[in-house]
Amino acid sequence: MRPDLEVVAGLVPPGSRVLDLGCGSGELLDHLTREGGCTGTGVDSDPDSLVAAIRRGVPVIDLDIDSQLDQFGDGSYDLVVVSQTLQATRRPDDILGEVGRIAGRGIVSIPNFALWRHRLALLLRGRMPVSPVLPHPWYATPNIHLASLVDVEELFATAGMRVQERVLLDSSGRRTVLARRGPANLVAGGAVYLLVSQTAGGAGGSDSLVR
Amino acid sequence: MPDARTTYRLTLDEPLRLEGGRVLPHVEVAYETWGELDDAGSNAVFIAHALTGDSHASGTTDDPGWWDTMVGPGRPVDTDRFFVVCANLLGGCRGTTGPASIDPATGASYALDFPLLSIRDFVEVHRRLVRHLGITRLLAVVGGSLGGMQALQWALDAPDEVANAVVVAASSRLSAQNIAFSAVARSAIMRDPEFSEGRYDEGGGPRSGLATARMMAHITYLSEEAMASKFGRRIQDADEPRRRFGVDFAVESYLEHQGSTFLDRFDPLSYLYLSRALDYFDPFSEPGALDAAASCPRPPRFLVMSFDSDWRFSTEHSRRITRRLEGARLPTSFREIGSPHGHDSFLLDVPDYLTTVAAFLDRAHEEAGRAS
Repeated sequence: MRPDLEVVAGLVPPGSRVLDLGCGSGELLDHLTREGGCTGTGVDSDPDSLVAAIRRGVPVIDLDIDSQLDQFGDGSYDLVVVSQTLQATRRPDDILGEVGRIAGRGIVSIPNFALWRHRLALLLRGRMPVSPVLPHPWYATPNIHLASLVDVEELFATAGMRVQERVLLDSSGRRTVLARRGPANLVAGGAVYLLVSQTAGGAGGSDSLVR
Repeated sequence: MPDARTTYRLTLDEPLRLEGGRVLPHVEVAYETWGELDDAGSNAVFIAHALTGDSHASGTTDDPGWWDTMVGPGRPVDTDRFFVVCANLLGGCRGTTGPASIDPATGASYALDFPLLSIRDFVEVHRRLVRHLGITRLLAVVGGSLGGMQALQWALDAPDEVANAVVVAASSRLSAQNIAFSAVARSAIMRDPEFSEGRYDEGGGPRSGLATARMMAHITYLSEEAMASKFGRRIQDADEPRRRFGVDFAVESYLEHQGSTFLDRFDPLSYLYLSRALDYFDPFSEPGALDAAASCPRPPRFLVMSFDSDWRFSTEHSRRITRRLEGARLPTSFREIGSPHGHDSFLLDVPDYLTTVAAFLDRAHEEAGRAS
C-alpha cells in the first residue's frame, strides 16, 4: 500500500464506516475492510480506477467531488478520508464543509508546498517545483490548490475543524519524526491530519500545531 | 458451445397470487438456460429482460440473442463459468402466461380481463422458476431498463436469494415524461379501430397502433447524436426527396422497419400490460422498502450503471437508485458510462460498460468460490 495510506489507515478506528473521496483503485478501503472490519464507499471519477475498485470488491461511486457530494446523507459515515485529493478540488473549503456534514470527522492527507526543496526551486531556479510529493509539471497537475501546512491548518480552523492528530510525512510519504521538533512547514513533505468538526461535538478550540 | 435454441416451459405448481390481489390459477413460464450449474449451486446468473425482450438472451449468428454482447462464452456474463437463466415475463407473449393466454374460467383468452401486473409479480414468477431449478441463491441478477427494475426489486424483496444485482439504465420511479411516452404508446394501440376491446384474432388486432407505439418508443431509445450519425438527413430510396408524406428520410424508413418487424413478435395487449407495470414501479416509496436488504446478514451487492446519452432513463434516475441503496448502507457501486447510443447502449458493444460488468461479476465469482 502507498506509504501515506498506511499512515491514514493507522488513524482509522476498527469497524468504522468510511467514505474515501478520491479513492483511486480502492486500495485503502480494501485494506480497512479486510484488516479493520470497516465498511465503506469510495468515490472517484477516473474510469480505470473505478473498474479496478469494482474488481477488488470495493463499493465505489462515480461522481464529481466538487459538485455532487450531496449524494451522501448527513452523518451517514463515521469518517471521511480525503487522501491526496483536497489540493485537486476546486474549493477545498467546501469539501471540508461536506466532510463535517457527512461524518463530522475526517482524515486529510496533503502535500506541503512549503517544503524547503520546493521553496528553493522557486527561489533559486525560479521554477515551479517538481518533486516526489508534487510529481507533475505545472501544466499537467491535478493539484490546482497548492498550500503549505500553515495554510491548510488555517483553513481547517476556518472550516470549523479541529486537528486532533497530525502525522508528518517525509517526501516519500512515510511517517517522519525528523520534523516533529523542527520547523514542520519547512521539512515535511506532507502531513496527514485527523480532523474533528467542532459543530459535530468535537472539543472546542483549535490547537496550533505549526511551528 | 451455444446449441440451437431450446426453450423450456415450466408450469407453476401453485396458483399465483398477484400483488394486486387477483389470482392466476395456471401460470406457465418459458425460459432458456446456458452453461452448467455447479455442484454447490453457486454460479447461477439470472438475466432479467427488458420490455420487449424475451428469454433468448444469447444466441448464435443464425439465431442471435438480444443480449449477445453481454451473455455468452467469454463475455461478461460468461456462459463457460456461469449457469445462466433467462425467462419470459409474466404478461408477455413469448411462451409465458399473458393476456393472450386462455383463461381457464371461460375457455377464451383473457384479453383485457387479464389482471394488472407489477414488477414484483414478474419477479415472483422468476423466483419460483429459480427454486424449481434447484438454486437457493443467485450469484447475480443482471438486467437493463425494465430488467434492471426487476433486479432491484428482487434484491430488495429477497436479499438472501441474490448475492449481486446489476441494475443498468433503469429507474426506480418513472418521471412524468416517461409516463407520457408510455401513455401515447398505449393510446396508439387502444385507439386503433382494430383494437376491439382486446378481442381480436391472432395476427390481427391493432397492428397499426402497435407499430406506431414501437416507432415512438424507438425514438426514446436512441440519442439525438446516435440518430444524427446513423441517418442524418439522408434521403431514402431516391435521388431527391419526393416531398410528399411518405418515407423520404432514412430515419423514417428505419422507424417504419422497426414498427413493422415488431408486429411479428409482439402482442399489443402484452405491450399494454408490461408498459403499465413500469409506470407504477416505485419500490422505495414503500415503507420499510430497504429494511430486509439492510438487515440481511449477507446483503446483496449492487452495481448501478447509466449512460450519459440516455434520455429515456437518464443518469439522474440511476443516481436516485444509488442514493437510496447507499443511504441504506448497502454496498453499492455506481458508474455513468460515456456512450453516444442513448438508452439502447445497454444492449450494445460499449467496451467501458462491458468491462465494468465483467469486473463486478469476476469478483462475484471469485467470492462465491471462496465461500463454497
